[in-house]
Amino acid sequence: MKYHRDRERRNRFAEKGNQLKLVIDSDLCQGHNRCYALAPELVDVDDYGQAFALNDGEVPAELEDKAALIVDNCPEFAIKVESGE
Amino acid sequence: MSDTEQPVSGPQQTDPVHDWTTDYDIYDAEYVNDPTPVWKDLRDSGCPMARTDRRGIRSWLPTKFADVQALAKIVPELSNKEPLVISLPKDMQFGDQTFNAPPISSDPPEQIWTRRMILPAFSPKAVEKHRQYTVDLCNSLIDGFIDNGSCDAAVDYAQQIPPRVIANMLGFDPAKSDDFTEWVRGVLELGLFDPVIRVKYREIIREFLIDEVSSRWENPRDDYLSELLAMDVPEMKGQEVKVVVGLANLLLIAGIDTTWSSIGSGLYHFGTHADDRRRLAADHSLFPTALEEILRFYSPVTMARVAQEDVPFGDTVIKEGEKVLMNFPGANHDEDAFEDAGKVVIDRTRNRHIAFGSGIHRCAGSNLARLEMDVAIRTWFERIPEFEVSDPDAVTWAGGQVRGPRRLPMKF
Ligand code: HEM
Ligand code: SF4
Repeated sequence: MKYHRDRERRNRFAEKGNQLKLVIDSDLCQGHNRCYALAPELVDVDDYGQAFALNDGEVPAELEDKAALIVDNCPEFAIKVESGE
Repeated sequence: MSDTEQPVSGPQQTDPVHDWTTDYDIYDAEYVNDPTPVWKDLRDSGCPMARTDRRGIRSWLPTKFADVQALAKIVPELSNKEPLVISLPKDMQFGDQTFNAPPISSDPPEQIWTRRMILPAFSPKAVEKHRQYTVDLCNSLIDGFIDNGSCDAAVDYAQQIPPRVIANMLGFDPAKSDDFTEWVRGVLELGLFDPVIRVKYREIIREFLIDEVSSRWENPRDDYLSELLAMDVPEMKGQEVKVVVGLANLLLIAGIDTTWSSIGSGLYHFGTHADDRRRLAADHSLFPTALEEILRFYSPVTMARVAQEDVPFGDTVIKEGEKVLMNFPGANHDEDAFEDAGKVVIDRTRNRHIAFGSGIHRCAGSNLARLEMDVAIRTWFERIPEFEVSDPDAVTWAGGQVRGPRRLPMKF
């Protein structure tokens, strides 16, 4: 319910033909691993808990909600979803 | 078991608080039972950083999510040298010459290399190897009381799980689990007020660990402590036994009271909120969000930092030598960071809680703790989907450093 605003924003990107991109700031990431637990399709974590985006951060359309979900659950504000271009 | 003889930790020993902004006390009986009204009042008062001069030292209590996160990043000026919420008298502290409990008691650079030694064993994938042991353990505990139709869910269940899981991981005799629990409570609960008790239990743990670690140093085994001893870490060379004793000390202390408290709080919540219990029992796909929400709402752990120099923060200055409490539980109730912060919403989708801390000291065992919580509460729900706290007035809470139910009479 709270996602409407994000979804509208994403739809606007999509209309412009932009692919969403997941970016993880490795300086901010402290390895809480919430992102990996919620969206193993989008991120993986190394042995030290540091998260990294899979597939160069490409977010397929059907995983856009999941991408928004991990943005909103990262305790360190380390994840962003950006317009691809 | 010796535990039943131990008094609940000591809120009863404190003087009444008249002004929470200038004389807060996290050991106040009402705060221990329910700290949420105090945090809310402090935030609403426009003075979200409370202070106190109790216990011989000025100590600050932030209550805003953003403040706690910002303070956690002031490293090393706000140091982890004394991470417990009440400091020992100077002459009873560990000196610099010995290891204490790295990485929680260290700042970078020591914090970094000691933390890197233990992280791989606690990655999400690595902790999975403890799942089956935990499932079997939970089932056998439930076998022990399910036919009675009642139990103490804190003493007979929650409390039994983490010491066995960590003993199993570290390669210790699981029969010593009750001892571990007693020792850890001696350090974190009962001993917080009483330096003599604290040092007594600290020394018991130390002696036990020196034995265990030295014997592996002489005769390596196929277990985790031997692995730690054999790691190729340049900073550890020549002091392997000391370093690994410190690490094992922390793993034992950090993983028991905390996880037990979270499991207990979860069962307390569902045993007092039949609507949430029914919903979760009917739809197990809610487990992930429900458990994160329990972690947020009933966050067990408050830590502390000590200022190494004067640190300006907002309208105040945290002076050298003063403490700041890392009020992760209070931060998790901040209305500016969580919608309906005062309500348990078991399908909450936006939940950036910091029950496992924030910044470089983020709980290294968080993936294991989550696994234990998940297995413990799920197995309970599978075996005992209908249950209720039989006497809410008989529930007791420990608080301060680690908050969670210590008596939790349940019927089913
Ligand atoms: C629900 C259970 C738990 C909670 C809520 C919890 C919470 C925390 C918190 C808040 C910190 C940060 C301390 C600080 O900022 O000074 C921490 C650190 C730590 N925890 Fe946990 N913990 C839990 C379970 C565990 C378990 C099961 C283990 C391992 C067996 C563990 C091992 C550690 C370690 C090693 C650190 C120190 C990390 C560092 O200083 O770099 N914890 N924990
Ligand atoms: S949730 Fe955030 S801090 Fe945690 S691993 Fe993912 S990116 Fe890192």
